[in-house]
Amino acid sequence: MSENQYFDEMWGHNEALREPYRGFHTWFDEENPARLRAKQREAEEIFRLTGITFNVYGRAEAEERLIPFDIIPRIISGPEWAKLCRGIEQRVRAINAFLYDIYHKQEIVKAGRIPADMINQNEAFLPQMIGVEPPGGVYTHIVGIDLVRTGPGEFFVLEDNARTPSGVSYMLENRETMLQMFPELFSKNRVQPVQDYPTHLHTSLAKCAPAGIGRKPVVAVLTPGIYNSAYFEHAFLADQMGVELVEGNDLQIVDGRVAMRTTRGYKPIDVIYRRIDDDFIDPLNFNPESALGVPGIMDVYRAGNVTIANAPGTGIADDKAIYSYMPDIVEFYTGERPLLKNVPTWRCSEPQDLAYVLDNLADLVVKEVHGSGGYGMLIGPTASKKEIATFRKKLQARPGNYIAQPTLSLSTVPIFAKSGLTPRHVDLRPFVLVSPEGIKITPGGLTRVALKKGSLVVNSSQGGGTKDTWVLED
Amino acid sequence: MLGKTANGLFWMYRYLERAENTARMIDAGQRLGLTRLDDRDEEWASVLQSAGSLAGYREAHDTLTKDAAIDWMLRSKDNPSSVLSSIAAARHNARLVRTAITGEVWEAINAAYMSAKEVLARKVSERDLPATLRKLRHHTSLVRGMTHGTMLRNDAYDFARLGTFLERADNTARILDVKYYVLLPSARSVGSTLDNVQWENILRSVSALGGFRMEYGNASGPMEIAEFLVLDKRMPRSLAFCAAKLRDNLRYLNGGGLTLMPTLQKVDHLQRTYLSHDIHAVMDYGLHEFIQKILSILSDIAQQIEVDFRFYK
Repeated sequence: MSENQYFDEMWGHNEALREPYRGFHTWFDEENPARLRAKQREAEEIFRLTGITFNVYGRAEAEERLIPFDIIPRIISGPEWAKLCRGIEQRVRAINAFLYDIYHKQEIVKAGRIPADMINQNEAFLPQMIGVEPPGGVYTHIVGIDLVRTGPGEFFVLEDNARTPSGVSYMLENRETMLQMFPELFSKNRVQPVQDYPTHLHTSLAKCAPAGIGRKPVVAVLTPGIYNSAYFEHAFLADQMGVELVEGNDLQIVDGRVAMRTTRGYKPIDVIYRRIDDDFIDPLNFNPESALGVPGIMDVYRAGNVTIANAPGTGIADDKAIYSYMPDIVEFYTGERPLLKNVPTWRCSEPQDLAYVLDNLADLVVKEVHGSGGYGMLIGPTASKKEIATFRKKLQARPGNYIAQPTLSLSTVPIFAKSGLTPRHVDLRPFVLVSPEGIKITPGGLTRVALKKGSLVVNSSQGGGTKDTWVLED
Repeated sequence: MLGKTANGLFWMYRYLERAENTARMIDAGQRLGLTRLDDRDEEWASVLQSAGSLAGYREAHDTLTKDAAIDWMLRSKDNPSSVLSSIAAARHNARLVRTAITGEVWEAINAAYMSAKEVLARKVSERDLPATLRKLRHHTSLVRGMTHGTMLRNDAYDFARLGTFLERADNTARILDVKYYVLLPSARSVGSTLDNVQWENILRSVSALGGFRMEYGNASGPMEIAEFLVLDKRMPRSLAFCAAKLRDNLRYLNGGGLTLMPTLQKVDHLQRTYLSHDIHAVMDYGLHEFIQKILSILSDIAQQIEVDFRFYK
């Protein structure tokens, strides 16, 4: 029996079928590969027809691309999931407490657990938010926690997405597609449903409405517009929740409230699920060049007359430099030991760390503190000598701009390739909803898969694909 | 509903209607070309004119040929009213108003677009033209059918209908405008084979041939045709029919309000002043002048809709 170098979700380390895959594998074994291949093409057809595409920036109009979908699901057992949920909930609670603290008394700084500069000099820190009371006390209404696995019980948080996590529409459409193609799989396996996410999202957002509005809260999704790479998702979520999809130019401040221009005049909005960045929300208070936002919305927000989800300024909680302090943050606010592990992180702003990173570039992953989407990073083990040399110069020029982490042995899940099942690295983004009444985690999430053999980069902008994610009933 | 969304719905259905109308005009023009012996290419000038794209064509071409005219109307990206451009614009608007239409309608318009892109990727040969047009019509009909079968009868539906009937009225009026001389009473005395072909072609351009025969048999001439296309309340592409539909949907949008919004007043005026007489009165007024007047009122109504329903501000 051969030993897998990487932990495989289906086969573990030892080529013995793991329990959660038992039902699926029995089905798979009896399937005709030719039929499955036809189904894989059918899936693509469904995606194209429903228009589940993302726009590629800087390309001509025709560039609406599909994210490749693989039909082999990532399967998580009930107990495994329950354990993850406890860790995620703890972490999300700590993130909200942290945000409240740094925009109020900054106890964590006073206690010496985080350097003051790390907060106050941080680009993601919004001074405009100091002393602001967000309705319901919630900062991050929607969170995506990126997890990776390296062994049977070894889960790490790779990143916290506390600004505007995307990808939930893929979670929903992947499941919908699987249900359409392989209904029999779902009658045989007890897979927990994810399809009620939009209802929960709507409920959760409504619960965060400003107090005392005296009517059923009006929720709207704010999008930068049809050319944004995630426009499909914005429209999808608004549609599924049955709320309006608005752009900045549909909105105006009327009588101290945010209102949308309807065919019958201006109508107030209570909760804005915004999918535009902090910088663009309000040209009066932030970037004056922004044509996407609403002039004066921050004043309405500060007066407590509208809920913005997520709150402005939450980006500081998913900043990669702050990430390295997450274990301290969790402990500080919950008084508990963190249930989910952080990936060991070297802060290049600190001289000893920088020296170590420079000595070990070929073995490390180095990321820009404010980067995302897999851009601007170095993956030492797969980089050429030249790439490493170039990166070394960038790193030495602005060390504070980088952090470094060991290269993790991400777990794999097989994909259905031409040659049959073949392992590819994956990560997992569960989606978390926060309201004053509690935290709700959808059983599942977005599994992203690096389609290139050996690749550890799962981002869709870099050739990654997605899979359906199953959480089984106990 | 957002003013922007109403605007998107209005234009989605205007473009969808335009795509169908243009495809139908190409079909009728093609047939006319098969039956006539002289002036084949010049006949396309009047087809282009009916489709509102003659000026654009002249700017982009030195000579007028049938092939170039068909290509211009069918698939040119430089012609904003070509079938392909119209379907693309309808789909673009559908993406904008994705939350106001059902999943079924969205999938139908998206499929129409994907199919149009595929069948119109290359120049369509004369041999393939009928099948191509049929396929396009099939897809746009699906969008219409899904709209009818799955959309709530709410404001969104009303704006979809306003776009449809405004475009349709405009289209019928333009066809009459270009061909009015064929329908003048003086033409009756001629009654040559050529006239018969022309008359039939007008009816074919608005899918009215079957309905007309049902109603009038074949012993009839230009006056009846004009009456059918302008005043008949049962003919779904006549001016009177379209105006009645505009009025119905505007009344729904007006709710129980006692004060009528300006758009509705304008449509009332159109119906009362121009579409409730008999065809002799129209002929006395002058068919050409009459149609010109209707076209200008339609354009005025379209502008008033933008204002009344806050499409832009």
